[in-house]
Amino acid sequence: MPESTRKIHVNPDKCQGHNRCKALAPELFELDEFGNAREVGDGTVPRGLEKKAALARANCPEFAVELAGEDRR
Amino acid sequence: MTDAHSTSSRPPVRDWANDWDHLDPRWQADPYAIWDELRASCPVAHTDRFLGAYLPTRYADVKAIAYDTAHFSSRRVIVREHRPEQASPAPPITSDPPRHKALKQVLLPPFTPDEIARIEPKARRICNQLIDDFIADGGCDAAQRYSRHIPVRVIAAMLGVPEEDGDLYIRWIHEILELGITDDDLLWKAVGEMTAYFSAEIDKRRGAPRYDLITRVMEARIDGEPIRDDLALGMLRLLLIAGIDTTWSAIGASLWHLARTPSDAQRLITEPELMPTAIEEFLRAYAPVTMAREVMEDTEVNGCPFKAGQMVLLSFPAANRDPAMFARADEVLIDRKINPHAAFGLGIHRCVGSNLARMEMTVAIEEWLRRIPEFRPDPGLPITWSEGTVRGPRSLPLIFAAA
Repeated sequence: MPESTRKIHVNPDKCQGHNRCKALAPELFELDEFGNAREVGDGTVPRGLEKKAALARANCPEFAVELAGEDRR
Repeated sequence: MTDAHSTSSRPPVRDWANDWDHLDPRWQADPYAIWDELRASCPVAHTDRFLGAYLPTRYADVKAIAYDTAHFSSRRVIVREHRPEQASPAPPITSDPPRHKALKQVLLPPFTPDEIARIEPKARRICNQLIDDFIADGGCDAAQRYSRHIPVRVIAAMLGVPEEDGDLYIRWIHEILELGITDDDLLWKAVGEMTAYFSAEIDKRRGAPRYDLITRVMEARIDGEPIRDDLALGMLRLLLIAGIDTTWSAIGASLWHLARTPSDAQRLITEPELMPTAIEEFLRAYAPVTMAREVMEDTEVNGCPFKAGQMVLLSFPAANRDPAMFARADEVLIDRKINPHAAFGLGIHRCVGSNLARMEMTVAIEEWLRRIPEFRPDPGLPITWSEGTVRGPRSLPLIFAAA
């Protein structure tokens, strides 16, 4: 199986801690002590979690979640 | 003098675009139709009432104003008849950059999702105790006997004050957020009583710290210095005011929707995995909280001029109904997948208690549906709504079981 190259990133200047991304995709995000989100590890989205990553991006009220790259098919 | 509070004595609105009034009975009955019409015809309305105030109804304008903290200050966050000088600072909601961040960071850690999850069992117990008291009656006023008590008891436990003081808090909040819009004396009286109450609670903890929010706030350090008493008291006032009738309203509006839409109630029972999207949708469609800003200097937002010294009613509920932002914006879809709503605000003033509010709403609806799966509005009794800054049912008579 080829690796996914899709990457997710939380823009720390935009995140206000709404916690929508973490609720929708707990595997992909972690929170700091103030409740602000960042991506887990380097943000690589494992296979099978692409849909959750897209949902996390689409539901962020501050548009802080950025998604880059395409699946290599 | 009690009639002085009555909004029916206000001159009726003659023109919503140039003379809007959020205390008008028509707004109280159905603000959504007013906002929809304004959004289509005059997206930034104005009124000379309240010493001059704007009303944006488009999501894009509400967002731009929330983000522009240089021109739009939070030092006043409620549109009132008068502009008392710093009526009752309640940091960080009434703070602007650069002070805001350090103040907010005092309150954020106890409200993270993990911290809130620890309180969930207590919230569930509170809900069940309340239901125990009325379930045998075959019906109840769900606003007065259920939704009203849940956030009060939870925040009292978090603050470390007696749950029995809840009626006192509800009165203060009514006087500050509703009656206080037009009655300065009552506003000051309530703020004074609250301040005295928390001063006494702080004194009890001096040298005898407890594991509660009052201790946490009084022991906070800001930029390395111990927090000033006036800031600590303002924060405690905020925690009490902001956490109670807001969530009371959100739970009540959710129950109101489910009572009138039994198919959604049944769907949540058979498909409980829909609860998260349902809660977000109730938050979008029935967002209870409208804040305000004060214009600090003349500016423009998306081409529309805003004059210094005027207020702005920052209607997150109106933004949430903007069809340019949300497909089928006027419909309540409990399985809505894409829903980046603004119920908890946008930008630096995102509600500190958003994780708590979501937890309380989820638990309150889950426990209600588990114990009272069938219910509908009582056709013989009126449903009444709050007025002013927070919108939600204040009387919600329901009958249990199908007719």
